[in-house]
Amino acid sequence: MAEPATTTTKPAPAKGDRLSLGSGPGRLLVWLYGVFTVGAASRAAYQLIAQYDKAPLSYILSAVSAVVYAVILFSLVRGGEAARRVGLVCCCLELLGVLGVGTWTLLEPSAFPDATVWSGYGYGYLFIPVFLPVTGLLWLRRGRRAG
Amino acid sequence: MIDALTVTVGVTALVLAAWCGFAAYRDEPTKDWHFIGMAVVSLLALVQLVVAVVQLAGGAKPDDGTAIFLAYLIGAAACVPAAGFLSLSERTRWGSVTVAAGGVVLAVLEVRLYDIWGGGHG
Repeated sequence: MAEPATTTTKPAPAKGDRLSLGSGPGRLLVWLYGVFTVGAASRAAYQLIAQYDKAPLSYILSAVSAVVYAVILFSLVRGGEAARRVGLVCCCLELLGVLGVGTWTLLEPSAFPDATVWSGYGYGYLFIPVFLPVTGLLWLRRGRRAG
Repeated sequence: MIDALTVTVGVTALVLAAWCGFAAYRDEPTKDWHFIGMAVVSLLALVQLVVAVVQLAGGAKPDDGTAIFLAYLIGAAACVPAAGFLSLSERTRWGSVTVAAGGVVLAVLEVRLYDIWGGGHG
């Protein structure tokens, strides 16, 4: 029976040595969340300004998704324990959002004359909106152990 | 817009994605040759932006609106440079994965550009 290599007490992280969330596999997440922040934000901005009356609910939901993506992106880039917790909460929101809005768009298509980012579980975006929060949650949970 | 240019950018973007994906598979970061590849793809996307702007200035009208078309063009031109920049400070296989994802995103943007322009008559 091998002894555990380290004791269970965690050494306090040195000052200025903030838990990094945007390196290693996190770098790919920074890229994807960046793409989705820009995509969702510009799409929502354009639709809210140019054609608000066509499908206000869809466009507001797209804007909400853009905000969630932006907060997660910021958390990943910033790093640290507080940012990791904010990121975890927002990834949960994102997952609930894509599942909730996805189901809603399937059950009641008439409420959505135009698509949102999360319509049909994000089929317009190769279903990446479903996989992204799951990957994000796994990565941010791992961050705790690493830190 | 010139369809051949859209196809060229899309295909080179996918080649870049496969190349960087292979580097990631071999557990390597992006190297000088990869950055030259990224420069070539970025340059093509930039040429596409210029050609499209010239055509818009000449009175051409994209099917889905000029604003959306321009937004996608700018996104396409910025896509690979942004991914390359991220990989500069991530000297592991994950930097290569990021650029590979950047190539795939650019290819998707090209498909969307083709649709927005109005597929075919250009």
